Amino acid sequence: MRRLAGGISPRAAGLLVALLVALIAAPYFANDYLLTVLILILYFAYTGQAWNIMMGFAGQLSLGHALYVGLGAYTAAALYVHFGIGPWIGLLAAVPVAMVAGAIIGFLAFRFGVAGVYFAILTIAFCEFARIGFDHVAYTGGSAGYFLPVAQYGHDDLWNLRGRPVMFYYVILALTAVAFLACHLMLRSRVGYFWRAIREDEEAARALGIDTFRYKMIAVVISAGMTAVAGVFFAFYYNNLFPEQVFGISRSIELILAPIIGGIGTLFGPVLGAFVLTGLSEGMTELLHALGFDVPGAKQVFYGICLLVVIVVLPDGIWPWLSRRLGLERRP
Amino acid sequence: MSADIYLNVAVSGLLTGLVYGLMALGLSVIFGVVRVVNFAHGEMMTIAMYLAIVLFQSFGLDPLVMMVPIAGVLFCFGYAMQAGLINPFINRPEHSQFILLVALAIILVNVLLMIFGPDARSVQTSYSYDSFAFGRLIVDATKLYAGGAAIVVAAALFAFFKFADIGKAIRACADNYTGALVVGLNVKHLYALTFGLGAACVGAAGSMLTLIIDVTPPLGPQYTLLAFVIVITGGLGSMPGALLGGVLIGMTEALAGLLFTPSAKSMFAFAILVLVLLFRPQGILGKRAS
Repeated sequence: MRRLAGGISPRAAGLLVALLVALIAAPYFANDYLLTVLILILYFAYTGQAWNIMMGFAGQLSLGHALYVGLGAYTAAALYVHFGIGPWIGLLAAVPVAMVAGAIIGFLAFRFGVAGVYFAILTIAFCEFARIGFDHVAYTGGSAGYFLPVAQYGHDDLWNLRGRPVMFYYVILALTAVAFLACHLMLRSRVGYFWRAIREDEEAARALGIDTFRYKMIAVVISAGMTAVAGVFFAFYYNNLFPEQVFGISRSIELILAPIIGGIGTLFGPVLGAFVLTGLSEGMTELLHALGFDVPGAKQVFYGICLLVVIVVLPDGIWPWLSRRLGLERRP
Repeated sequence: MSADIYLNVAVSGLLTGLVYGLMALGLSVIFGVVRVVNFAHGEMMTIAMYLAIVLFQSFGLDPLVMMVPIAGVLFCFGYAMQAGLINPFINRPEHSQFILLVALAIILVNVLLMIFGPDARSVQTSYSYDSFAFGRLIVDATKLYAGGAAIVVAAALFAFFKFADIGKAIRACADNYTGALVVGLNVKHLYALTFGLGAACVGAAGSMLTLIIDVTPPLGPQYTLLAFVIVITGGLGSMPGALLGGVLIGMTEALAGLLFTPSAKSMFAFAILVLVLLFRPQGILGKRAS
């Protein structure tokens, strides 16, 4: 218990418990629309947390994380459609597939000294490669899309992830909570300290005897595996997969906005960023609709402007600023 | 007979590749000096393309001639962008710069979408369907003009950096930031100038490309990626490298489209990128970073 609570101030812990209780209770108050928005928020909070391990903790900028979502989604979907294997067993295949992909990219990049901007573009290249590749794989539908059988379900079939939005909501809430906890524990573990040493100064970390190659690989593989879990959720929640929409570069960007806007390298950042960005995006849709200003593109323009303002005004993200204002920083 | 097809497609890819190379040259110049990766590069090109299309449709002005004023407009746009938004981000971490430029890219694409709608637009000039025959080689007139113009613009830029005083000053900033400050160069101004020049390249390239491809707002992100592939293949920061990379990628895409399916052609470009990053990360003509 002490290990769990370590590093979090009492006020932050209180906030966290309050948030969790509110989220658990939310389906009793929220209508269907609000519930789908909450599912989206938690989805981005979860994927943001996974991406944050690589960038926020170990300092490796990946701009192609949609690759791991897509591999997870397609693997689990293919197992379900072709062999009738459910998502929970499918995870046992989807996660390793993404982990292997992450390991290959990480191995090639770190062995050959590809770093910084070049590493980021390498990750984009692999993701684009996969996008165009899946466009031509007939086994998973190609560019025409891959569809999971949908039927009306009176009850929630948790084992096969078939059911109402409420069930999906609790699944993604559980995933997000587990990811939060896992990241918290990782940050306070030996690996977490090594990662941050690498992030701050890789040369210095190596000089201190840290096997930087090994710990960067661990970060990529864990991050890829966690992201693939979100991919499995994505496949069974949306029931359709199009390479363009799963692996597209805009998908990769979407995944990393929440942690960057929320605060890179922090635990609350991805969660806060997901709430702010998804809330903003949905709010804007409603607002523009109410104003009768439904021009395609208008919403994204405002979204872009908000993004611009946040990054200019709060370069470290919202959470570091907010936690100082709320007095949540743990005093040494 | 079949050898002729390959030759024709290769030459057509080479000419398109020259225009790609000019576009990528803009990105390479910006990165080489300012050390910021312009994630809004393709979006800036679509702005130029829409300008060319509006000028053509409203006033019947030829994109090849309008290339000059459009490059001028893009220069001002690039200068303002660097001076107003990017200069304060010079010393910020990469992901911070990335978000700034991605936000700009999102705004640009969607403003274009709001103004012009999602439909593809193109330019039909009097010479759109002309071609020249050199023996058994048949070359599209539009591609020949565009490729030739790209070489002229690139040559002008080379000469500027080689001989003009401002060009030399910009190279000094690229070589040694602190040194440039010490000898009294106005680095912020030179950075803005460089970004403007890069934008002008992309403006000229965009103007030419309207002759070759149809434009839609989502073209922006695609061409941003294409420009990355090209400059990294050729060598990020190397000017001849950008042109070489453009030609290489242009020909690869053209031949891959012929040998496999056109929809898979970009896959080969990305495959080349991955190979280059792994075996020669500095690019074909790039210098090893010290």
